[in-house]
Amino acid sequence: MAELNAYITEERIDGADDGPLAGKTVAVKDNISTEGVATTCGSKMLEGYVPPYDATVVERLKDAGATINGKANMDEFGMGTTTETSHFGATLNPVDTDRVPGGSSGGSAAAVAAGEADLALGSDTGGSVRAPAAFCGVVGIKPTYGLVSRYGLVAYANSLEQIGPIAPTVEAAAGLLDVIAGSDPRDATTVDEGDDSNYAAAADGDVDGMTIGVPVELVEGADEGVVETFWDAIDELEDQGAEYVEVSMPSVEKAVAAYYVIAMSEASSNLARFDGTRYGLNAVEAGDYDDLSEAGNWNEAFATAREEGFGPEVKRRILLGTFALSAGYHDRYYGKAQDARAWIKQDFDESLDEADVLASPTMPVPPFELGEGLEDPRTMYLADANTVPVNLADLPAISVPAGEADGLPVGLQFIGPKYGEETIVRAASALE
Amino acid sequence: MSQALADRELAAVIGLEVHVQLETDTKIFCNCSTDAADDEEPNSRTCPVCLGLPGALPVLNEAAVESAVKIGKALDADIPEETTFHRKNYFYPDLPKGFQLTQYDAPICADGELEVRVEGERREIGVRRAHLEEDPGSIQHEGGNIDTADYTLVNYNRAGTPLMEIVTRPDFRSPAETRAFLAKLEEVLEYLGVFDATRDGSLRVDANISLVPADEVGDDGDISEDTLEDANRTEVKNISSHKGAEQALAYEVTRQKNAVKRGREVEQETRHWDESRGVTVSMRSKEAEKDYRYFREADLPPLQVSDWKERIPIPELPDDRRERFRAEYGLSEEAASKLTSRKSVADLYEQLAAEFEPDLAATWVADNLLGELNYRDMVVADITDRLDEIEYVIRLVAEDELTAKNAEEVVLRRMLDEGESPEAIIEEEDLGKASGGEVEQAVAEAIEENPDAVADYESGDDGALNFLVGQVMGKTGGSADPGQVNQLLREELA
Repeated sequence: MAELNAYITEERIDGADDGPLAGKTVAVKDNISTEGVATTCGSKMLEGYVPPYDATVVERLKDAGATINGKANMDEFGMGTTTETSHFGATLNPVDTDRVPGGSSGGSAAAVAAGEADLALGSDTGGSVRAPAAFCGVVGIKPTYGLVSRYGLVAYANSLEQIGPIAPTVEAAAGLLDVIAGSDPRDATTVDEGDDSNYAAAADGDVDGMTIGVPVELVEGADEGVVETFWDAIDELEDQGAEYVEVSMPSVEKAVAAYYVIAMSEASSNLARFDGTRYGLNAVEAGDYDDLSEAGNWNEAFATAREEGFGPEVKRRILLGTFALSAGYHDRYYGKAQDARAWIKQDFDESLDEADVLASPTMPVPPFELGEGLEDPRTMYLADANTVPVNLADLPAISVPAGEADGLPVGLQFIGPKYGEETIVRAASALE
Repeated sequence: MSQALADRELAAVIGLEVHVQLETDTKIFCNCSTDAADDEEPNSRTCPVCLGLPGALPVLNEAAVESAVKIGKALDADIPEETTFHRKNYFYPDLPKGFQLTQYDAPICADGELEVRVEGERREIGVRRAHLEEDPGSIQHEGGNIDTADYTLVNYNRAGTPLMEIVTRPDFRSPAETRAFLAKLEEVLEYLGVFDATRDGSLRVDANISLVPADEVGDDGDISEDTLEDANRTEVKNISSHKGAEQALAYEVTRQKNAVKRGREVEQETRHWDESRGVTVSMRSKEAEKDYRYFREADLPPLQVSDWKERIPIPELPDDRRERFRAEYGLSEEAASKLTSRKSVADLYEQLAAEFEPDLAATWVADNLLGELNYRDMVVADITDRLDEIEYVIRLVAEDELTAKNAEEVVLRRMLDEGESPEAIIEEEDLGKASGGEVEQAVAEAIEENPDAVADYESGDDGALNFLVGQVMGKTGGSADPGQVNQLLREELA
């Protein structure tokens, strides 16, 4: 098999001698801080940056006995759906090495799909765990916002993202979620719902009597092969006793636009700290100067570091986000996006009153060929249509393999109510 | 403007933005100590959070919010149902995250006021809002100023120290009023126990000043919105003391009046107060109106504070305490004011007033102790562990064992200068008040040794008696009571 380039840094971090993850290897996405081991976010800006502290989830992995076997490749700062925007080169999809593994947690999903790691952690801001899980034929969970501590996760869009598990099976993914979930005094947005969880036990495949809602808007635009595989899976669930209902969520039409305005706005602020003063690429390295005196005043030094350190997709999102928050445009873009977010939440609340879980194709398309999407960012952004509404609504979702279309994996996404992780785990396990 | 400004009398309209560091144990969003002394190793009191390391998250220190609520209560301000934080985005080397966490549309305090007295007049200064934010780090230019330095060092020890920004309404009508306000504000903050005035950089002030036609200012100081909008406003930055505020604004009033008199327009600009030269200087770079792109910080959930105002008690404030001192101890307004302006002084007074006559205690604290401490650049805190000794001295005076003069000028001064105990000083200087027998003996001797003076007194020269009193005092080493000596001499010579 070709070299997948699933890792940016391959370095072992040993955990405790025993625990629920003893003997398991875990690939950790390279935007999750590991003390003493480089954490680059797939960016030249942080090449060689070594955090002095562990993310909370890394502490919990170690305590659970896991062995971290490397830092997984990713789209630069999580900005992409293909893992091709990484400064360290694209990761290949182990299912078909001419294709992308999805993103932004592409290295994590590829490592698990190829058996290079037993389990992996990704982060999901608008689908970045679920998309690569779907493209690589593995399971990925995006937890309810606040269920998993983000302390140590380098922020891209902090109101949207969660760290989530990727695994070959639903039960293994749920078990990894059990390890990382739970309140953390270092992340004020965490809740105690996950403190004594046993999500793994919910992977019992028992969907008898469960109502599955399908938002028609999330199926309509998908590729034919994907749609077919999706309905086959729904049929299978009906055979197991689940009930299927159609629901309508008109607000999701606005989701991609709202998501990108919010994510880019937050990114423009979250990435402001990368100015070369305290860590990461500095102006002298970036400008190839002899010393700092050649770098000009500090504004010029910041600009040099940022010009050289960030790739084109990151710059695009910072610029658009800065624009969306600017005086005179703030209300028209950022303000409106927040209104759309509230509307989407409301639509989900209503739909989840009618059904126990919602289901849709995770990705409306099969995995892209390498290089296919980089030309036109808008096509890429639209591929997130089914995943971003979930982040806007802070809800939990899981992507589980539902079959194949033209020999390529198709993922099915279950969306649950707030803290409804057990329900989506149960539903997903019925498809295995 | 209808009439040329140059021909009209002008009045100043001033508003202040006051930044005060809150005295909490730890920083506002992390567990680092705020207790970074000036000589502290740079960047030693930092952690991933206050250094803005990738992935670090802020967690609100509720002690800072409690301090803010206390300030809100003292200013009689509204406390909202819930309070939130926003990001203020801009690039600066002292700002580790590229944004400052501050409050925007839900400040912890709104619509307060503070009463000050200026030249006997009471003035109510409106406080538009007061909000919490994080202090940035500090910057040190090496080899020059911001434009000419070889390089600049940044120290993040200060980064994350809780700040309260108190924004007044444009209610000040003179530079002197701003000084009185800042002094009063410091008194109140000190009473609340949320502020340490001795800390370097603990108080920073920006001022806005406009000149308006004096006849458009009402008798109560009211000015219409239109008048304010017509006036060009100057912002003065870098003020760090009460006195500095008065001086900087007095300078601005003169500068602007002169400009108007010469028919020039006062520019709407930001100026920098140069305390060493006593002038304000235009900040040359004319920055475009800054756009901070405020938006809500999702990492800090809204904090419910609706019941905090009730839940968090505040101590008696200076105005109330002054009135109580007048009523309870029968003090004059002047003495009561002097004794209540600092909490430490008022506490000391109440301790002593519990032991001694209120007037004696007042004299001792307001005159003797404060006078001697000020002279030595000392504060009440420097003597709190010697309170027993001070009470001992006052008791001797109260019981007529030591003269008031010796108690202050000899005993207290040597106590403060040399740290000696009062017993030792009294012993050494032989200040114990002369006993009746000793005085009588000295009187007899004086009469015997000075027959001429006795004769003069007997022939009606009262001045001669003063001479004899002086002789007796000399013999007793000043430890006799002059009134008593006078009395004894008269009896002997009658």
